Amino acid sequence: MLTFIIRRVLWTLLVMFAITLLVFVIFFKTPGVDPARQIAGRNPSPQVMQEIRHQFGLDRPFPVQYALMMKKIFVTRDLVSYSNQGERVVPEIAAATPATLSLVFGAAVIWVVVAIGMGVAAAVLKGTVLDPLLMIVALIGISIPVFWLGEVVNLITQSRYHDTFLFSWIPPLGYTPFSQNPLLWFQGLVMPWITLSVLYIGFYARVLRASLLEIQNEDYIRTARAKGLSERRVLLRHTLRNSMITFVSLFGLDFGVLVGGGALLTEIVFGIHGVGFLTYQSLTNLDLPVIMATVIYGAFFIVLANALVDIAYARLDPRVRLA
Amino acid sequence: MDQPLLEVRNLKVSFRTEDGVVKAVGGVSFTLSEGETLGIVGESGSGKSVTMMSVMRLIFDPNARFEGEVIYKGKDLMTLSRDQMRKIRGSEIAMIFQDPMTSLNPVYRVGWQISEQIREHEQISKRAAHGRAIELLGAVGIPHPRERVDDYPHHFSGGMRQRVMIAMALSCSPDLLIADEPTTALDVTIQAQILNLIKKLKDDFGSAVILITHDMGVVADIADRVAVMYAGRVVEQGTKRDLFYDAQHPYTWGLLGSIARLDRPRPRRLTAIQGLPPSLITLPGGCAFGPRCPHRWEKCDEVPELTDKVGGGHLDACHLSPGQKRDRRETAIHPELSEESA
Repeated sequence: MLTFIIRRVLWTLLVMFAITLLVFVIFFKTPGVDPARQIAGRNPSPQVMQEIRHQFGLDRPFPVQYALMMKKIFVTRDLVSYSNQGERVVPEIAAATPATLSLVFGAAVIWVVVAIGMGVAAAVLKGTVLDPLLMIVALIGISIPVFWLGEVVNLITQSRYHDTFLFSWIPPLGYTPFSQNPLLWFQGLVMPWITLSVLYIGFYARVLRASLLEIQNEDYIRTARAKGLSERRVLLRHTLRNSMITFVSLFGLDFGVLVGGGALLTEIVFGIHGVGFLTYQSLTNLDLPVIMATVIYGAFFIVLANALVDIAYARLDPRVRLA
Repeated sequence: MDQPLLEVRNLKVSFRTEDGVVKAVGGVSFTLSEGETLGIVGESGSGKSVTMMSVMRLIFDPNARFEGEVIYKGKDLMTLSRDQMRKIRGSEIAMIFQDPMTSLNPVYRVGWQISEQIREHEQISKRAAHGRAIELLGAVGIPHPRERVDDYPHHFSGGMRQRVMIAMALSCSPDLLIADEPTTALDVTIQAQILNLIKKLKDDFGSAVILITHDMGVVADIADRVAVMYAGRVVEQGTKRDLFYDAQHPYTWGLLGSIARLDRPRPRRLTAIQGLPPSLITLPGGCAFGPRCPHRWEKCDEVPELTDKVGGGHLDACHLSPGQKRDRRETAIHPELSEESA
């Protein structure tokens, strides 16, 4: 276990180093991008530009600049945004994280529960009309772009039907921290949760159905039936249990990507100032410090999710455990 | 014994497929007394597995159709509700399968899998069931059962996994054990061990056994009575002695002729049965073996009945008379003998 953890930590560091370096290089080698110009604002005099270059270390050699930025992120934590100098990047990401986590956790709960329900139902109902019907619904869910769905949801809940009893409880767009008002936190997140989970429900229901049907033909399922177990027990304890191996590995990776900033579109549509939102803003301004910090944050969560998946995988499948 | 343990009457199983209706089992009847061992032999696709899977009602294919009766202890299993059948499965009739490598659930400990079955059928505490699992693993010859009980299937070799399967099948002391080619996937040395184990445990547990196999040697070793199946029907049925020393059906002769014998002059080649088994969708009219049978005559255009022609409960489905058969049998099974005398 200890070697596993050490290996994972080293791996994480390597991945993060590679990604940050890549982002840094792309940023500085992109034609037309001059950080000093961004910092300086409109029509700066050459003297001002010179001063800014010196002040931000932009006149130093490339590796030194990279090292300086890493130092400002990890050690002194006082990296400031290029486009808004009052903005400290690290605290800002720390502040955005709870919003993203709230959004992704809630959506994950919905998508796991509903996808398992739909996948199992479709597999059990195979041969009836309900199975293809459920799968078409799932396919529609996969096909709907999340930004479009979000906008439609907003149109309905915030504008057209907001005054009806159905949606009057939904607060205006935005995120309320849990610590401030748990009820408002929940109410504000219901629609984003549903919107984000639709795609994943469709995808996971289909994957689970396919996996269940495949495992149903395994010899050990026949054995389980020959033992005289009830169909319910065969399904839940034997078939579904084995399908979970695939399901959980996929889930971990998707979850990691979303926490790492992949829920960007949902965050933008619903005005949730999470990490995805921050990434989006920094990308539109080519704001290197923020991009860098969000990339590191994202990479960290993705690698962490990978490690958790590996641990869960070993828990679920004894065959991959080390002796 | 007035009532047999199991009586299968005219069991028919067919599957609807895109190519037509596959008549996998076309009217199989046999009986089995308590404690008896019945060997069912036949080549692949002759319907032996489907027959026994149907007896267990383990075929859930919506395209399958069943006809006939399976009388077990006076009850027709085909008419029981799913729940009633489930209570018999695993506790009164148990089954072991061909491939032990894939027949155990890879994610659960073997002890857990055995006690799961015990706890399904008996009111018993988890600990007591676990204890029984250890005893059973010991009884099937797994060394250090106390430690091995908490191992996963992938920690066991094929032969050991088949022992686990046998332990599981015997966990509720079933009256009938169905073994579907239990040794086919195993090494020859392990095969003998597993067969001896089944023989021994059958006596210890007092179970009747139905052994499905395509290996005449296995039948010779273990069975009391033998049924030979061809194209979904029983073509000959009798005691082991009847079958090996007084075989009546030309198909049985073919099977016997294809055994390498050490106690006879060595033939130049083993005789094989000419041709291929018929398609189960378009069975030939008359005797299903007819197209491959060297002894075919006009009467074979009618479907032969499985009847007792030689007496003593030795049934066969062939139109030849016992006298005619006696004349042809030796050369059919051992063509090398006639070559020598010629």
